[in-house]
Amino acid sequence: MSASGAPAADALAGAPARAFSAGSPAAAHALDAARLALLRDLRLAFRKRGQLVQPLAFFVLVTMLFPLAVSPELARLRELAPGVLWVAALLASLLALEFLFRDDAYDGTLEQYALSGRSLTGLMFAKTAAHWLLTGLPLALMAPLAGLSLGVPPPAIPGIIVAVAVGSVALSLIGSVGAALTLGIKRSGALLSLLTLPLSLPVLIFGARATQLAINGAPLLAPLELLGALAVLGVTLAPLAAAAAVRISLE
Amino acid sequence: MSDFLAMGGYAAFVWPAYAVTFAVVALNVVWARRALARALAEARRRLATRGEQS
Amino acid sequence: MTWTWFHRLGSPPYIYALAARLTPWFAWPAALLILAGLWGGLVLAPPDYQQGEGFRIIYVHAPSGWMSMMVYTTMAISAAIGLVWRIKVAHAVAASCAPIGASFTFAGLVTGALWGQPMWGTYWEWDPRLTSELILLFLYLGYMGLRAAIEDTQRADRASAVLAVVGVVNVPIIHYSVTWWNSLHQAPSVMRLARPNMPPAMLTPLLLMLLGFTLFFAAVLLVRLRGEVLNRERTASWIREAVST
Repeated sequence: MSASGAPAADALAGAPARAFSAGSPAAAHALDAARLALLRDLRLAFRKRGQLVQPLAFFVLVTMLFPLAVSPELARLRELAPGVLWVAALLASLLALEFLFRDDAYDGTLEQYALSGRSLTGLMFAKTAAHWLLTGLPLALMAPLAGLSLGVPPPAIPGIIVAVAVGSVALSLIGSVGAALTLGIKRSGALLSLLTLPLSLPVLIFGARATQLAINGAPLLAPLELLGALAVLGVTLAPLAAAAAVRISLE
Repeated sequence: MSDFLAMGGYAAFVWPAYAVTFAVVALNVVWARRALARALAEARRRLATRGEQS
Repeated sequence: MTWTWFHRLGSPPYIYALAARLTPWFAWPAALLILAGLWGGLVLAPPDYQQGEGFRIIYVHAPSGWMSMMVYTTMAISAAIGLVWRIKVAHAVAASCAPIGASFTFAGLVTGALWGQPMWGTYWEWDPRLTSELILLFLYLGYMGLRAAIEDTQRADRASAVLAVVGVVNVPIIHYSVTWWNSLHQAPSVMRLARPNMPPAMLTPLLLMLLGFTLFFAAVLLVRLRGEVLNRERTASWIREAVST
């Protein structure tokens, strides 16, 4: 794993050279760095495919708990489905957050990012984007399976996928701030949950509502738009806060 | 007086509510003073040990 | 217009001495106002035509709710000031606020529940106000938990400041979404805290309590602030003199 730091540093070092030769402004530097960070995270994650599957398995597992704990009747489960899906997605997303910065903080890559002179906010956005691609998006794709097992009617599925996909963007962004704040704190899992869950409640509320409307066959544009708004707000503010938090943690 | 205490039948709710609130008020006073006392003791201790070193 | 007054507020020895001097000026008026409010609310105010004597809980519930929000805002603003301008005293103010706010949020929840039982027939209702209060309690606990988990005071100050700012931005969003959620689901008769045209006999004690509790907060804050300032001034020479008195 010691090789993981070197390629990133080289790639980042290579970026300014390329950018200068193209005569582009500082924004191009930041974009280059962000793109490289994103690709690096994706590449590293795929080397440890086992770890990728864990949040998804957790999601399915938690969903499975409810029929066993409540009732096997699909009619009853359908009533619970929006809540169960979203609570499970929230918890799975929390689980995956621990991996967001942990390895990079360990091997010093995060410090390299902070010292690199590239926009740390851009790099935080890139890491969070990678996190969403690796966790949120797969969760959205798994949601149909979980939903069907809870008696969700098939026509509701596309709406559910979209809702979870958009909602998980906001969850990844909100979570990145908590993860950055708790960097270096031992056994921070419970604290991370305590910090992230209250801030994630609006996503839960709108997401569950969107899912309920999808199940009822009603148009779900309103809560979906609200989820989108949360995601946009998150994109604007969260990487900034996460960058500030990372700098503080590295001091 | 007993009418007052009975609070029109709501006594079981009104008085505990006031009790809890003023317990919190008292707690804040005690807590704050203790925090200050601890900080003072810490500061004195720090000064004392530094004094011995210098 | 001199800014020296403002700059002096950032000076730990100045604040330490000022806080000690100011505390009684907040504490005694607070006590008087609260006593006056109690007298007015418990004795003088007539019973509500709908809720009878039970409405008198408002005189402790509303101040608790007010405190929980006002203290959080104070905490977030001073944390932001400390973060942006790197002023230790501001961080000390934020640290002092948290336990006060958390305890009154708790009081607000308990008094809300005690009010709910006779009024709605249940101790707990997921209505927007109580739910928002509960979430606020968790925001406080998260803030205090983060502070406690980071050993280095300066790092704890700055990290929790980021959290406080993120939290305060979220509070309106959370409140909006909770209200929206609540309106979807057959909301039971929402507890009306204050009738729009509350007669003066009922309103005045409420205002006295609100003001009294605010001054109480200031007094407690000043006491805590002195301790927090001391904790952040490790080697300063002014401490020797201040502490020996």
